Order: sequence, then C-alpha cells, then structure tokens
Amino acid sequence: MDVEILSRLQFAGTIMFHYLFPPLTIGLGLVMVILEVQWLRTGVKAWNEAARFWTRVFALNFALGVASGIVMEFQFGTNWAAYSRFVGDVFGSALAAEGIFAFFLESGFLAVLVFGWDRVGPRMHFFSTMMVFLGSCFSAIWIVVANSWQQTPDGYHIVETEVNGQTAYRAEITDFWAMIFNPSSVDRLTHTLIGAFILGGLLVCSICAWYALKGRHEDFVRRCFPIGLVVAAVASVAALLTGHDQAEQVAVTQPAKLAAFEGHFETGPAALYLFGWPDARAEEVRFGVAIPGMLSWLLHQDASAEVIGLDAFPEEDRPPVWLPFQAYHLMVGLGMLFIVVTVGSLPLLRGGRIYRMRPLLWVFVFLVLGGFAANQAGWVAAETGRQPWVVYPGEQDGVPMQGLRTADGLSESVTAGQVAWSMTMFGLIYALLFMVWLFVFNAKVMHGPAIEAEPPPSDTTGEGEGFLGAAALLTGGGRSLTEVREPRPDEVRERDEADERTRGSDRGSDGGRAGGSDAGDASDAGDAGERPGGGA
Amino acid sequence: MSHDTLALVWFVMLGVLLIGYVILDGFDLGVGILHPAARSDTDRRLMMNSIGPLWDGNEVWLVTFGGALFAAFPNAYATVFSGFYEAFMLLLFCLILRAVSLEFRSKVHSRRWRSVWDVGFFLSSFGAALLFGVAGGNLMLGMPVGEDLAIRQSVFEQLGWYPLLVGAMTVSLFALHGAIFVYLKTEDELQRQARGWIWKAFFVFLVLYLAATAATLAVVPRATENFARWPWLWIVPVLNVLAVANIPRAMHLRRPVYAFVSSSCTIAALAFLFAVAIFPNLVPATTRPDWSVTIWNARSSEKTLGIMLVIAAVGMPFVLSYTAVIYWVFRGKVKLDRSSY
Repeated sequence: MDVEILSRLQFAGTIMFHYLFPPLTIGLGLVMVILEVQWLRTGVKAWNEAARFWTRVFALNFALGVASGIVMEFQFGTNWAAYSRFVGDVFGSALAAEGIFAFFLESGFLAVLVFGWDRVGPRMHFFSTMMVFLGSCFSAIWIVVANSWQQTPDGYHIVETEVNGQTAYRAEITDFWAMIFNPSSVDRLTHTLIGAFILGGLLVCSICAWYALKGRHEDFVRRCFPIGLVVAAVASVAALLTGHDQAEQVAVTQPAKLAAFEGHFETGPAALYLFGWPDARAEEVRFGVAIPGMLSWLLHQDASAEVIGLDAFPEEDRPPVWLPFQAYHLMVGLGMLFIVVTVGSLPLLRGGRIYRMRPLLWVFVFLVLGGFAANQAGWVAAETGRQPWVVYPGEQDGVPMQGLRTADGLSESVTAGQVAWSMTMFGLIYALLFMVWLFVFNAKVMHGPAIEAEPPPSDTTGEGEGFLGAAALLTGGGRSLTEVREPRPDEVRERDEADERTRGSDRGSDGGRAGGSDAGDASDAGDAGERPGGGA
Repeated sequence: MSHDTLALVWFVMLGVLLIGYVILDGFDLGVGILHPAARSDTDRRLMMNSIGPLWDGNEVWLVTFGGALFAAFPNAYATVFSGFYEAFMLLLFCLILRAVSLEFRSKVHSRRWRSVWDVGFFLSSFGAALLFGVAGGNLMLGMPVGEDLAIRQSVFEQLGWYPLLVGAMTVSLFALHGAIFVYLKTEDELQRQARGWIWKAFFVFLVLYLAATAATLAVVPRATENFARWPWLWIVPVLNVLAVANIPRAMHLRRPVYAFVSSSCTIAALAFLFAVAIFPNLVPATTRPDWSVTIWNARSSEKTLGIMLVIAAVGMPFVLSYTAVIYWVFRGKVKLDRSSY
C-alpha cells in the first residue's frame, strides 16, 4: 500500500480510538456536576457516593483520552507535514488555544477531583468538577472550530510564500472572529456536544439498568438512572433539531458532501433514502427505499425544489459516496432510535415502573453501544464527506481561495515503510490499551458505587460473567486513581499485624516494614499499613 | 509590535514552555527512572503516588509546547515532527506506556502483574528522557534539511555518539531531579535511600555534563557564536555552574528545597543554553547553512502571532495560578490513602 492510504488509515484509526473517550468524559462531566449539585443541595451521602462512582469511571476514560490525544497532536506533524505548513497559521492557533485554555484546566482540576476528596471541602470539590467539565467543553470548542474551519474556511486568505527559492502556498488569518465563527462551527459544535451528552446519559442508563436487572444497588440506580435518562432524552431531541440545522447549512456550504450523504447523484428534486446501497460508478442507489421529494422538502419546504447533485462536480472533486452515505444513515437511524427509546421511557420513571420492565432494561444495557457508534459514525460521515479536500476551497470577498487536497498534505519525507511500522506498533499498544480499559471498566462496574462494598467471594468465578467477571474479582484489592475502597476485614487484621511488626522492630530498618523478605509479603503489609482516609 | 519582534517573543515563549515542561515533567520522568531502585512494593507505590496528581498536568506543558510550535512556527513543527518520525513515534509509545503503567499497576494484586507495569514504567520514563536528549543533541549538531525543508533521515542515523551523550546526560539529570523530589516528598527509610540516589545521580550527571560540555565545544563550533555577539549571555553558563555546585551544598546543609530549586535552575539553564546555541535557527541545516529552518522563515503571519500573544497573555496567568493551587493542595509528604494508586 502506498503512503497516502496508510497515513489515511493511521489517522482514521488513531482518531476513532481517541474519540471513544472525549464524548464520554464530556457527557459524564455533566452528570457529575448534576450529582454534586444534588449532594451540596441536600447533604445526602448517597449523592456523594454516586458522584464518586462516576468520577472513577470518568477518570479512567480521561486517562485514555489524554494518552490517545497526544498521538493526534503529534500526528499532524509526523504524517501530514505539508498540511501542517499549509494550515499552521490558522489551525495551529486554535490548537494552542485548546492547550492553554482547556487542557491545563482539565488536567489540573482533575487531580483535585480524583485525589482530593479528603483534601478539599465539598465546595472546592464541586468547583473543581465544574472546572473539569468546563475544560472538556472548551476543548471541544477549539478543536471543533479548527475542524470546522477546514470544512467551511472563513476569515483567511491564501498567501504565496518562498522558502529556499521554492514557492509554496499557505492559509493565513485575516479576521480571527470570522475564522472562529465560520459558517459551520456553531452548528457543528452544538451537535458534537449534544452527541457527547447523549453518550454520557446512555452510559449512566446502561450501567444502572444492568444493576437493576441484577437487583443490585437499588438506591444508587434510583438516583442515577433518571438523571441519565433525562439527559439522554433531552439531548436526543436536541440532536435532531441541531442535525436538521446542520443539514441545511451543509446543503449551502458543502453541497457535494450532502449529495454523498443522501446518495443524490443528479441535480434536481431529491428523495430521502431510509437505507440503500449507493454505487458511485453506476451513479445510483441500489436496494434503496426512499421518500420521493422529501430531501427537497426538508431543505426548501418544497418537494420539487432543486438540490445540487454529485453530477455538478468534476469527478476528481467528488467525495466517496458509499462510506459517507452509510455512516450518515447509521447516525440518523440511531438518533431516531434514541429519541423513541429515551423519550418513550420518560413516563415509565413515575412510580419506578421502568425498573420492573426487564426487556426494556436490557435495551438500555446495550443502547450505549449505539451511542458510541452514532458519535463515531457522525464524524466518519463529516470527514469522509469532506474528501478529497482536507481544507475545502473557499471564497473571500468574491475571490476564490484554493483548498488543499488530502493527498497533497502528506509529509514530504515519510515513507510507506515508516508508516506501516508505526501503525503496527500503535495497533498493538491500542489493542492492549483497549483490553485493559475493558478490564478495568468492567471491574469498576462490578465493584459498584458503594465505598464499603461486600468483598467479592474469592473462590467463585464471577456470577457467570466469564473472563471479565473473574478478572474483576481479582481487582478487589486494587487501589488506583479511579477507585475508592475501604479495607476488607481480613486486610484490617493484616494491618494490625503489620503495625505490631512495625512497633516490634527497629523503626527505619527495612525489615521493620515487612514481615518477610518476599516482595509479595511486603506488598500486603505495605497496603495494610495505610490509614484509611488518612493523608489529609 | 513588528513581525520580527513577535517572532522573537514567540521564540522566547516557546523557550518558557519548554523550560516549564522539562522542569515539571523532568522530576516525574526521573521518579520513573529511579523506580527499579525502590526496594519494596510500598516504596514503589509511594514514589508513584508522589507524582500521581501531578504528572498528567506536567505533560500538558508538552502538549501546549507542541501546539504553540505548530501555531507560531508551522514550518519548524512540520520539519521536526516528520524528520524525527521514528523517534517521535517511539516517544509517543513511551508516553502512552507510561500513562498506562501508572494507571493500571495498582489495579491487580499480583506480583507478576505489578512487576510487568514496574518494568513498563521504568522503560517508558527512561526512553522518553533519552529521546528528548537525543532530539536535542541532533538539533545542536544540525540536521540534513532539504531544499523543501524536509529531513530525510532514519532514526539510526540520528543515534550518533553526540546525541546519545546528550541523551544520557538528560537521563541522569532527570534522575537527579527526580531523586531530590522523592527526598522532598517522603520520610524515613525511603527518604534515606533517596539521599543515596541523589549523590549517585549527581556524580553520574557531573561526569556526563562535563563530557557533553567538552563535546559541544569540540563538535558544535556554532554553539558559542551568539555568546560572542552578546557577551552578557555568559552569565547563564556561570549561573548554570553555580546551580550545579549548589546541589551537593544544599544537600549537605540538609536544605532539600534549595537543592530542588538548584536542579530546576540547572535544567532551565541547560534548556536556555540550547536555545542560545541554535538561535535564530530552529533546525540548523548541515546541507547548506541557508536552508536552515529559522524563526524568520518558519514563522506564522504577524496577525496570527499577535493573536496568539493575546491568547497567551489571557491564558497563562490562569494556568500559573491553578498550577500553583494544585501543587499547594498536594503539598507535603506523600501518604498512601484510599484514593492512591
């Protein structure tokens, strides 16, 4: 394979992996803020426990979001150097602003959020939660603005530069606020944030529904499930409205993209496909079911209005059709499903009827996967629909501005072999990362919200949950960034023994801290030697 | 401000971000490098938890440095990141492995599980420190920048003796810095042990520092050109030597905070000397001197540099104030509690 395909695949792979986590942290951030408000308002300890549980889930996802996010920032330069030279003046400033305004805010206050429960007061903790949530939203703002500028560039001009006697072109800012508020940024940002809230709400629903099915943590479920459901329901309806606005905007700013989304090959009245199998070569949609004139009506309130089709563009300027079409339809279909299920379930909250409806609870357990898929699919549609451009050609004050083709954005010096090698390496570490994430995530869910949880029985294999369930039991003794747990009774006994040993021997000698020379013993004694809740 | 002044200001700003990064992430990479020297699981946990709330925020300095380089000098960002392709991929690998090792080590109570992540934590910290040094060493020597500003060179060609020497010096300096940090954050036996690490790391660093200085004077004649132009700059190497000398003095006087300030100053001074040595280049070219990537031919437009300066002026006071708040909240000796790793 050539370096272009490999670099495209690498970018797609790393960004899709990365984008599993940011929408979760944005969505969960909102849920955590709501829970801490409830805690501050009522003083009920159960709200605090619930907030702590979601904080642990949040922190796990945040850690992976950061680790996979650094890769994204480096990759612009490593694989797409020509693109970086072309857009640096515009895109780079948004990225730097993201670093200064968002990342410092998030990572700084995350420390208080996770490690600070016993070190700061409830108000300071709430403030930190707000800051982390705000930081994650800022982060979305800057990166979506930067991406939107590539879709619908504004507030810039193309400048000819000369380095080492070689002529090159690049985009430079002429109007900062026009660049920030380019024609698509507000629509795309609200839609992105709403997608994240849907995912956050659905995750809360999923875990709570599972607890409800297993008859666990009833109080926790009754506190959190309604919050998750309301967030998901409101956001799902909002996603439909913002999605519609966005389609109208894309019809004006990127008609080729909309034509690809809808498989609309010939300029003229446009139908709305419910599903189908577009064939770009034959310029038709096979096996499709469509509502004639519906797209024209949605865009212009007139079923016979003309919608620009792909035939209006020279072949080399057309996006691929199959992938944007399917990704777009997957997103829309899932969005409709979310509305039906979440809004339909709202009345069932009354009197807790929903907690007895087992089939519906099972739907909620798995609906979160749809949330991931819809967020991913939306971006796949947006990015593949932008092709063959990485920066769309635009127009400023009536003067056409050249765009940049993705194929022209590659690094001058990087070879296919280098990309293949690094892709293999990242493929391996991402696979490992993903497995560990699943494993720890599962362990947290198994462990549940309670701080003083029943110790999991160490001689059974996890209630038929298979490998992950069994693995989760092993983690009963773990302490981590994302876990809060009181010692088990047997650990308390060990701790007393360890204290005995410490007192009984010379302080400071190495043997004093561990009864045996074995590192495992040392570990147990060391863990047991801590003071629960200490360290203030 | 004129376009030239703005480019200079942004060169200085990048220097500030770089210095912020190497001082802050320097100690937590150093803790990782020293990790295998800890004797028990508790000691390892204490060391990991001493940086637990901080390392993530420290790494943001690198992310912001990268973003600022992209925005202020896009040509330099593109040239350096694609030119160090393999090295930077390895660096990313190290940074991911490090995050994962820190996060997941405590998740399972098994010796084998923990020792796997112990090895991962050490190798990734060591590897990242070495790669930063190697990259710095290569930039000192100059790189084969082509007419199109691209560097076509494999990682093996970048592993010459001089970059490796600079890399080794970086590793020892971070280990020293990390050892002083561990000393500050711990008590009793582990603290006594950290004192031993400080002395060992100090002497290793001293040897490598002298060797690297001599080597730089021998193989990078360009390094002192700017000192001839602006003789007042000599104050920096003088302060650097004083800071290095103050580390054993402060430790002898049992003033570890001064020792930490001194190692921070040492790192800052070395980063400063690096910047002075290459200025006004960002990537000196070995092919033809006029093909070098400089702050003049790599810079963004005047408008963008001005906007970025406003962004930095608005944002950085916030960054500094909440960095201070976080370090204040987590001041004092590290204790293992229920939110620990």
